[in-house]
Amino acid sequence: MTMSVAMTVNGKTVSGNVEARTLLVQFLRETLGMTGTHVGCDTSQCGACVVHVDGVSVKSCTILAVQADGSKVTTIEGLAESPEKLHPMQEAFRENHGLQCGFCTPGMVMSAIDLVKRHNYAVTEEIVRHGLEGNLCRCTGYHNIVKSILAGAQAMKAAGV
Amino acid sequence: MGNVKIGDRVTRKEDRRFLTGSGRYVDDLQLARVTYAHFLRSPHAHARIKSIDTTKAAASPGVVAIFTGKDVAEAKVGGLICGWVVKDKHGNPHKAPAHPAIALDTVRHVGDTVAMVIAATADQARDAAEKIEVDYDVLPAQIDLATALDPKAPQVHADAPGNLCYDWELGDKAQVDAAFAKAAHVTKLDLVNNRLVPNAMEPRACAAEYDRGTGNYTLYTTSQNPHVARLVLSAFVLGIPEHKLRVVAPDVGGGFGSKIFIYPEETMCTWAAGKIGRSIKWTAERSESFMTDAHGRDHVTHAELALDKDGKILAFKVDTIANLGGYLSTFATAVPTYLYATLLAGQYTTPVIYCNVRAAFTHTTPVDAYRGAGRPEATYVVETIVSKAAREMKIDSAELRRRNYIAKDAFPYQTPVALTYDSGNYGPILDQAMKLADYAGADARKAAAKAKGKLRGVGICSYIEACGIAPSAVVGSLGAGVGLWESAQLKFNPTGNLQILTGSHSHGQSHETTFAQIVSDKLGIPLDQIEVVHGDTDKVPFGMGTYGSRSLPVGGSAIMRAADKIIAKGKKVAAHLMEASEADIVFENGAFKVTGTDKNVPLGQAVFAAYVPHNYPADLEPGMDENAFYDPSNFTYPSGTQICEVEVDPDTGNVEIVNFVAVDDFGNVVNPMVVEGQVHGGIAQGVGQALMENAAYDKATGQLLSGSYMDYTMPRADDLPSFKLGYEVTPCPHNPLGVKGCGEAGAIAAPAAVMNAVRDALSAVGAQDRIEMPATPQRVWAAINAH
Ligand code: FES
Ligand code: FES
Repeated sequence: MTMSVAMTVNGKTVSGNVEARTLLVQFLRETLGMTGTHVGCDTSQCGACVVHVDGVSVKSCTILAVQADGSKVTTIEGLAESPEKLHPMQEAFRENHGLQCGFCTPGMVMSAIDLVKRHNYAVTEEIVRHGLEGNLCRCTGYHNIVKSILAGAQAMKAAGV
Repeated sequence: MGNVKIGDRVTRKEDRRFLTGSGRYVDDLQLARVTYAHFLRSPHAHARIKSIDTTKAAASPGVVAIFTGKDVAEAKVGGLICGWVVKDKHGNPHKAPAHPAIALDTVRHVGDTVAMVIAATADQARDAAEKIEVDYDVLPAQIDLATALDPKAPQVHADAPGNLCYDWELGDKAQVDAAFAKAAHVTKLDLVNNRLVPNAMEPRACAAEYDRGTGNYTLYTTSQNPHVARLVLSAFVLGIPEHKLRVVAPDVGGGFGSKIFIYPEETMCTWAAGKIGRSIKWTAERSESFMTDAHGRDHVTHAELALDKDGKILAFKVDTIANLGGYLSTFATAVPTYLYATLLAGQYTTPVIYCNVRAAFTHTTPVDAYRGAGRPEATYVVETIVSKAAREMKIDSAELRRRNYIAKDAFPYQTPVALTYDSGNYGPILDQAMKLADYAGADARKAAAKAKGKLRGVGICSYIEACGIAPSAVVGSLGAGVGLWESAQLKFNPTGNLQILTGSHSHGQSHETTFAQIVSDKLGIPLDQIEVVHGDTDKVPFGMGTYGSRSLPVGGSAIMRAADKIIAKGKKVAAHLMEASEADIVFENGAFKVTGTDKNVPLGQAVFAAYVPHNYPADLEPGMDENAFYDPSNFTYPSGTQICEVEVDPDTGNVEIVNFVAVDDFGNVVNPMVVEGQVHGGIAQGVGQALMENAAYDKATGQLLSGSYMDYTMPRADDLPSFKLGYEVTPCPHNPLGVKGCGEAGAIAAPAAVMNAVRDALSAVGAQDRIEMPATPQRVWAAINAH
């Protein structure tokens, strides 16, 4: 059975016909061709697929596309103001070498932004390490990811985003 | 970005695309007229396939084709090969049973490929696969490694009797026995090196295209070495002429070894794309990766160390059984032999060493190289037994190591296990690590922990690694099917910007930055005018790929060589432009100068002139491209010491890492930021092995118990501390960059450092010899409460 869905993705209204079983991540990647959001597992453990749905971080492999009908979705592609001007959290990852192969990175950045906002920009190493519970990275050993997020929190606060 | 130097902390060129979701991984590719493959997997560890009925599946919506082992055999598709022939102790080659891309009549591990379904969508292919009816005759499975070589064990391959792939040895047994007879102290050790799943975050994937018009194939695949994949697929497996097969490894999300190998899925997708005349895409699900990506480690070892009364090591004896799984993966045979036993000297002046390795087939996923490959296994044995000896002899563990280190002036140093170490200076590394770890204060911290009911322990691991694989003549004489040189091409455009084409492949190691950095330094070209091209057999002349920390020592050296050729060529051009003698031209700060004058031609101008060659003399060739192949003359030998401090909660068995120090000598460092990142990642994988990761099978049924992230514990941010790093620099004397390689160090040393700390903590309650990796809370608790 196919169903129609419509939502706002990165500020643009999009719609499509999907099978009822289609996951949000499949809709983003396959129907919309927005491949910035990644799939790293089939048990909702890795966090490579994290996006924001109505401002809150969500593993897009855990919800159906139809459940996001009418929502505002932000993906990694929607963060930077322009190719030259990255979001402060993206910039912090770049400055602090918070990524290597880049596969976990979209999910990490999306989780990080929500984490920082939820803590009203007042994050500590402990909060960040604990807050990344749902995101796996096999390359970085997390050391620089944690450093990036702490720096990104400050930069977000300073930039008022 | 302007000119940068070797040694600068340069932020990465590749980051912008990864951070904005613009990376292009295999699964992101959108191919025309694409179909999707799904592989039906064996649910049994060992079974005979009596029949396969695909009728219902073939009628399922969207199905384009279904192939079974029979189809593959009839089409004469070759089996997958093992690329390294190991000779046993009698000089006979290892047993090499057939490894068909799809099982023909017998399945040999859970996840073995039984059929390939191709359909219009991935979901339709999966739905159809569920309708295939396979009649299995389930047979007893041999899972346990320790008993795999028993005569009564279930047999994996008829042509490998007793499940023995080879019985191999290195060193002189008689000499070792004689040395043991004179020892004042002998330390004995039984050790398990647990099986791991590499788990790159990007699952393996491939996409194959066939062009009917030209007969050309293109395979996009998550590979660490696309040229080798093409060579193997065309020459040994599929018979597609090499010039008709293009292999592209675009952005690849981590490899750690698991993406070196040639797998059934990419083989089948390529073959089937030609069969059906349409593109085919496949992406592994994570649970599929758990069952089918080559696993790592999996040894059981008995070792004995002989020492004199002062703690000087006299001899070392090691007996290992190594698991190879159900089939031989691409480099499986080399890992527990030449990449393992040759590292058993460690950093020490052990005069004689004997190692015997028996490699066994079992009904489990094939085992091959995983981050460090053989060196972590060797280091774990050496560094565990040295710490145990220190404990038994009541000598401080750092002190015992120091007494046995190879002295700085003893290099090049010939070990008794074949290798000649190029350079090293181990003492200062230990000093620095001890200082960073506040080793002197450890006893006070142990006492303080004891006062609050906790057990503290400190563990040291001094590792040596053989990187920069490898001198082609050496590996060739040891059975490698390929030479392990590397190629580089520097290609200028007339306007002065430059492409570096490299045969190594980056899947997180930052080549796009570090390689550009080398050339920027050498030729004085701004970083943003340099682009690194890799991973495409149609663009890059040739290459052997990335593994064994070879990219910089071998690939980087090839780039340096090509840059030297550019300078040599540029001198000719500049001499012509300035009407000077070539012998009087020097290259400095990005310009060709006539010595003793102020006449000069910037490199960019020489390049432009080379492409608009007006008035060129007859013997001066236009253009400014240079190609170089570099074959190393020796391995490189990074070394280092890690010190780990843990606090164990005896009530819960929980191990917390409270301090972690790594001091490494990687020779010269091109980009410290990148090197630190590599070390962090390696340590995390090593800590993972020591404390939580384990690929566990049910010994009776052969089911993979840890078959997803629900059961296989990957280290999370909260499981790890921040690390303290330090460096010593002893340049590599035999490559033009003086570099040694850094990718595996963390993973090699961390397991022993962590476990030595755990054993030290447990020694307070006499439980130090009751624990194996992974030291999970349950195991630690059981060790403490075992009496
Ligand atoms: S893909 Fe969503 S959590 Fe792994
Ligand atoms: S950067 Fe590779 S998985 Fe995180």
